[in-house]
Amino acid sequence: MSNNAHPSGAGAAAADGGGDATRRNFIYLTTAAVGAAGLAATAWPFIDSMNPAADALALASIEVDISSVKVGQSITVQWRGKPVFIRRRTPDEIKAAEAVNIAELRQPQADKDRVQKTEWLILVGICTHLGCVPLGQQPTDPKGEFGGWFCPCHGSQYDTSGRIRKGPAPQNLAVPKYTFLKDTLIKIG
Amino acid sequence: MAHASKFKNPIINWIDTRLPLPSLLHHEYVEFPMPRNINYLWAFGAIAMIMLMIMIATGLMLAMQYTANVNLAFASVERIMRDVNYGWLLRYLHANGAAFFFIAVYIHIFRGLYYGSYQKPRELVWILGVIIFLLMMATGFLGYVLPWGQMSFWAATVITNLFSAFPIVGDPIVTWLWGGFSVDNPTLNRFFALHFLLPFVLLGVVMLHASAVHIVGSNNPLGIDIKGPQDSVPFHPYVTIKDLFAACPFLLLYCYFVFFEPNTMAHPDNYIPANPLVTPSHIVPEWYFLPLYAVLRAIPDKLIGTAAMFAAVLVLFILPWLDTSKVKSCAFKPVSRFFFWVFVLDCIMLGFCGASPPEGIWVILSRLGAVYYFAYFLVLIPVLGKIEKPLPRPASISESVLKNSGKPMEKA
Repeated sequence: MSNNAHPSGAGAAAADGGGDATRRNFIYLTTAAVGAAGLAATAWPFIDSMNPAADALALASIEVDISSVKVGQSITVQWRGKPVFIRRRTPDEIKAAEAVNIAELRQPQADKDRVQKTEWLILVGICTHLGCVPLGQQPTDPKGEFGGWFCPCHGSQYDTSGRIRKGPAPQNLAVPKYTFLKDTLIKIG
Repeated sequence: MAHASKFKNPIINWIDTRLPLPSLLHHEYVEFPMPRNINYLWAFGAIAMIMLMIMIATGLMLAMQYTANVNLAFASVERIMRDVNYGWLLRYLHANGAAFFFIAVYIHIFRGLYYGSYQKPRELVWILGVIIFLLMMATGFLGYVLPWGQMSFWAATVITNLFSAFPIVGDPIVTWLWGGFSVDNPTLNRFFALHFLLPFVLLGVVMLHASAVHIVGSNNPLGIDIKGPQDSVPFHPYVTIKDLFAACPFLLLYCYFVFFEPNTMAHPDNYIPANPLVTPSHIVPEWYFLPLYAVLRAIPDKLIGTAAMFAAVLVLFILPWLDTSKVKSCAFKPVSRFFFWVFVLDCIMLGFCGASPPEGIWVILSRLGAVYYFAYFLVLIPVLGKIEKPLPRPASISESVLKNSGKPMEKA
């Protein structure tokens, strides 16, 4: 086997630019395509294993008793590891939220589209800029110029409907999926 | 065998004829010709390598004691500090070591900028260096998360949220990075795994970086190539001793911080266990990220701000092609030299901006700073390279060294 020169058959001649070159290219391309598809299919389990696992998904809903929350008060509950703000708004806050000219908003949304019962505002308490928890839940917290929430990280300000009004955040505070099971019991998620 | 009797030691010879590792090391780190005029700024590559070794050694010991679980991580770090034999030393060496690794690498990068070490034919050396820098930043960030204090948690939240700035794919990417719907136990686990892996990837790229520089040879303060044996000295003992000598004061300063100021560069909030419901009132990254953080905050738009921050690092990749100058060293380019030092001051100013709350004068300064940062690379370097007339250069390294007439020498 010391002679490692290629045999000079018909195939070898074709490889040197003969008429079979397209057939050969076709075989190369198909092999590469099958290889790439196989690699991608094999890679997917590795990548997907990093996505939320079944136990994390199982914790996707919670029930909250809101009977003890008085008008003007807020509570924070944890849902999927994130804070959820539940605020029982005062008539003034509702009025302020409804009076806003929607066209001026960064992400135009009417207050009625963000609540199921006007008194109860339920929001994911995560600033849409870079994920900090805005202040405004405690009576002593700064609430920003619009009476809602103020993010201490980069100065985003939200109104009494949780809509972004000032600062770098691109979007309104998210409204999670929730249902009123009873007047005093909500299910989030 | 061609090099059968190269080494006096018969065992080394025996190995060398079967695995030429001794020959390789002899060639690259003993007889390798180095420019005879390199100054102490050239020691910081070796110093960075020493820091990497210290980080891997201390990190391995810490990993044997650390627990990557949200309920146990903080306590396991406190256990390292209080109960593990010399645990406090290992942890302070590791935490301050990261900062000193960055100090060494920043000096190394600025030295490359000043003396044009990225120019042809060292483009790949430079690009590999930028990859090392990116890996260092990723590794440093991942490591900062592990103690699971308040700063750890919120740094993880803010930095991973940067990826949510991408339209459409942003949110799925962030969920994927987290392995959940917020920074939580799966996040901590994978961050630990990656923090263990990346230093070895880093080491691999460092080897490529060193291999590449040994093909094209080291630059020097004159930016003139070695023209003959009279221009060079062998790597050993000249450069080995010089590097080790330079490492001594550097390591002394490092030890001063480890033993006397171990928490000066850290943040007190990170001694509060992570709380996903309360964001600390003032979040700042580690000091070595502050200039980039200032660029992020300079722009009041999430996507553009994030893009600008990434671009601030990525622009380094194309620097070899942005520089139109035929002359490498700023020693012969007084105008470029002036703007280089303005750039250094600009980076320091951006650092202060990043450390300050994003309001008032700091917003204006970080915007000006960010504009200069990009203008330096995208306008000043290309334009000055075309229009600046460099000063006359000596004919060779040896001429400048032996006559001692190279006036711009050691100007830095």
